[in-house]
Amino acid sequence: MVKAVTGFGRSGLYDWFIQRVSAVVLVAYTLFIVGFIFLSKDFGYDSWSALFEQRWVRVFSLVALISTIAHAWIGLWSVITDYLTNRMMGGKATVLRILVEVLLGAVAVFYAVWGIEILWGV
Amino acid sequence: MLKVSIYRYNPDTDSAPYMQDYELDTQGKDLMVLDVLELLKAEDPSLAFRRSCREGVCGSDGMNISGKNGLACVMPISEAAPKGKLVLRPLPGLPVIRDLVVDMEQFYTQYKKIEPFLQNDTPAPAIERLQSPEDREKLDGLYECILCACCSTACPSFWWNPDKFIGPAGLLQAYRFLADSRDEATDERLSKLDDPFSVFRCHGIQNCVNVCPKGLNPTRAIGHIRNMLITRAV
Repeated sequence: MVKAVTGFGRSGLYDWFIQRVSAVVLVAYTLFIVGFIFLSKDFGYDSWSALFEQRWVRVFSLVALISTIAHAWIGLWSVITDYLTNRMMGGKATVLRILVEVLLGAVAVFYAVWGIEILWGV
Repeated sequence: MLKVSIYRYNPDTDSAPYMQDYELDTQGKDLMVLDVLELLKAEDPSLAFRRSCREGVCGSDGMNISGKNGLACVMPISEAAPKGKLVLRPLPGLPVIRDLVVDMEQFYTQYKKIEPFLQNDTPAPAIERLQSPEDREKLDGLYECILCACCSTACPSFWWNPDKFIGPAGLLQAYRFLADSRDEATDERLSKLDDPFSVFRCHGIQNCVNVCPKGLNPTRAIGHIRNMLITRAV
């Protein structure tokens, strides 16, 4: 059993499961948005703002945004724990990893707050 | 003439590893790679490699043969060097002790972690613990592993985290005991695998399947472990 406190859910199974669920949400959202753009008859500002005035679209968009953040955290966390390891770089890997994790966390919070502002601000 | 290029490194005398070229007259025979090494060693006794059974059972002579991990004893040169040039390197990712001999410590440490023995606390019956033919069949494709390390040392996830990711060989064996009807420690075994590294560093690259000299499928076994973890958690 390997300890990992900076993983998304601290359990490999949980991370794996969330990554799959978030991927399905993102596929559904992408199909929905791309489908709307190409299938609506007179696509423009009016139809776009009418779409996002509906609460379920805002909620769906928020769920997609949260899925993106979770998916990105799990994926990028795997990448940094593969390449920035103490085994390869010594003690400075810990500092580097924490820095990257803080940066990723800050970006995630920024996008989450900004996304909510946009979705409920129009 | 067969051209052979071999990774050489003697930490006592060499400052860095280098490739040494040899030529060997195979007399038109389709030798195994191990035969080539033995013939070259007769000429150059300083050449170091491991070997034992010479028939693909002991797993001692796993090495990187023309870019792909395999057992030297069961790899014919017609397959390993179709253009007449054979390149031999040690198994990738593990520390080199000398020439083609690697330090397998990390590999065995991971194997040890999965507790590769039957755990059963019920008093032993007068005869063996019997299995139905169906239960026995579940171990096919698992028990044949000879721990040659070809798979784990072909796995990028194992290269990056050999101290945390159990690796395909260890996980194939983990599933061999999870699947065994006589083993009672299934839950404890699964609990020890439920972290982000031990099992879940497998990204399904399938290099392990590609190189296994015994034709086994560690990726499938890892999928079964994952299914067992999910089944008990949802």
